[in-house]
Amino acid sequence: MRVPAAFEYERAESVPHALALLARHGSEARVVAGGHSLLPMMKLRLAQPACLIDINGLTGLSYIREEAGQLRLGAMTRHAELLASALAARHFPLLGDAERVIADPIVRNRGTIGGSLCQADPAEDLSAAFAAAKALAVIEGGGGIRTVPIAEFHRGPYETAVAPDELLTEVRLPIRPGAGSAYEKVERRVGDWAIAAVGAVVWLEGDVVQDVGIGLAAVGAPHFHAAEAEAALRGRAPDAAAIAAAAALAAEHARPTADQRGPVDYKRHLVGELTGRALRRAVARARGREG
Amino acid sequence: MVQVHMTVNGEPVTADVEPRLLLVHFVRQTLGLTGTHWGCDTSNCGTCVLWLDGVPVKSCTVLTVMADGHAVRTVEDLERGGRLDPVQQGFMEEHGLQCGFCTPGMMLTARWLLDRNPDPTEAEIREAISGQICRCTGYENIVRAIRWAAAHPHAVEVPS
Ligand SMILES: Cc1cc2nc3c(=O)[nH]c(=O)nc-3n(C[C@H](O)[C@H](O)[C@H](O)COP(=O)(O)OP(=O)(O)OC[C@H]3O[C@@H](n4cnc5c(N)ncnc54)[C@H](O)[C@@H]3O)c2cc1C
Ligand code: FES
Ligand code: FES
Repeated sequence: MRVPAAFEYERAESVPHALALLARHGSEARVVAGGHSLLPMMKLRLAQPACLIDINGLTGLSYIREEAGQLRLGAMTRHAELLASALAARHFPLLGDAERVIADPIVRNRGTIGGSLCQADPAEDLSAAFAAAKALAVIEGGGGIRTVPIAEFHRGPYETAVAPDELLTEVRLPIRPGAGSAYEKVERRVGDWAIAAVGAVVWLEGDVVQDVGIGLAAVGAPHFHAAEAEAALRGRAPDAAAIAAAAALAAEHARPTADQRGPVDYKRHLVGELTGRALRRAVARARGREG
Repeated sequence: MVQVHMTVNGEPVTADVEPRLLLVHFVRQTLGLTGTHWGCDTSNCGTCVLWLDGVPVKSCTVLTVMADGHAVRTVEDLERGGRLDPVQQGFMEEHGLQCGFCTPGMMLTARWLLDRNPDPTEAEIREAISGQICRCTGYENIVRAIRWAAAHPHAVEVPS
């Protein structure tokens, strides 16, 4: 039987209360949201927080809404809620693409958007999707509220810009005209983490890629981000040659490692293939044709 | 120890628990409701599925203290007043189980699916149970059992 080490349990009633509890308990405390990443780690004793601060009571952080030209997702939104959201699907279909293949329906009932991002597992799908969408993370602490671009959010594997006494409260995805997006993932079996996955968002102006975001999961991309591939496509027409060139750059610059999910050359090949697929579908969707 | 209050299958329950006690062990050992099974212990197999506030969750990955103030429903609550849930009947009619280890979780997920989607396609059924592992049936008969329940909804009770 796998049992976590003993800990003290506190339940936060509000964001200020959660922040006060974090300040009181110091760096030995951890918040728990859905618990579907943290509790397995505690059962394996890979994490042993002295105090667990339960934020499941912060139902005010569970929402999906459009505000000030942004799609705003509360940190406590469950995966299942994001998957079911017509508003999210309308603006960023890649979120639905990604959610359909994150874990399984039962895990998605419990795991949260905020927990996903803060866990910062190198294979986390939403991190790649949010990187592609050039999202902003809203972080609250004793000193107030700050907004961090997603490209600066992930400091490395399992490490984020959220300090031990802070909370991630919201993710914001800027809504811009001409957008189309898609997420492509290959996994060994249903519900598994990615062997490789790619999210793409294009913003078209006429026939030109005015801007593009490409996010990679599970293949060692710094900040889940394929910067070189984006730069190659920006300002060009998204024709077959331009997409192939971007896909080749994404594959070249990815840094996958060999593990039980596959060898390096296979994963690198997947990055190229999936980048092409995601870009083609994103462009088709931007043009109003479902890809 | 922390005192928790919750309802389990509609009955109020109060207990003092260690914060680290997982909900699956609380239900099985403290309450003696051994219908909820405990398997992989890694959130993968789904044999520990029960409902928390009307939603199926993997109870090996939920703390008992997280259920404080909430409503838990286990497989024992499928049969009511001596009447089986159509899902239970379906598993009998279509041989939806062999060893029975995965069955409680499968049936609770099936009931949840049918409450939201009374006439699911085979693909929808397979998606709904995709987070649960059966080592015996090859899933064919589980899908048939759930289809049977969809076709015979007369005894369905939707929990409040
Ligand atoms: C069987 C299984 C399969 C999975 N497969 C996939 C997959 O294919 N793809 C994928 O992307 N994910 C997958 N996951 C992970 C799943 O998405 C997790 O549930 C999710 O990543 C974490 O969310 P949570 O709410 O459970 O976080 P928790 O476990 O509660 O927390 C995770 C970490 O984030 C911190 N945290 C949580 N919320 C906040 C906040 N608001 N502010 C600051 N810190 C916070 C916690 O302190 C902890 O360190 C899988 C999980 C399981 C169990
Ligand atoms: S015991 Fe909970 S998922 Fe296997
Ligand atoms: S009947 Fe044996 S595991 Fe499903």
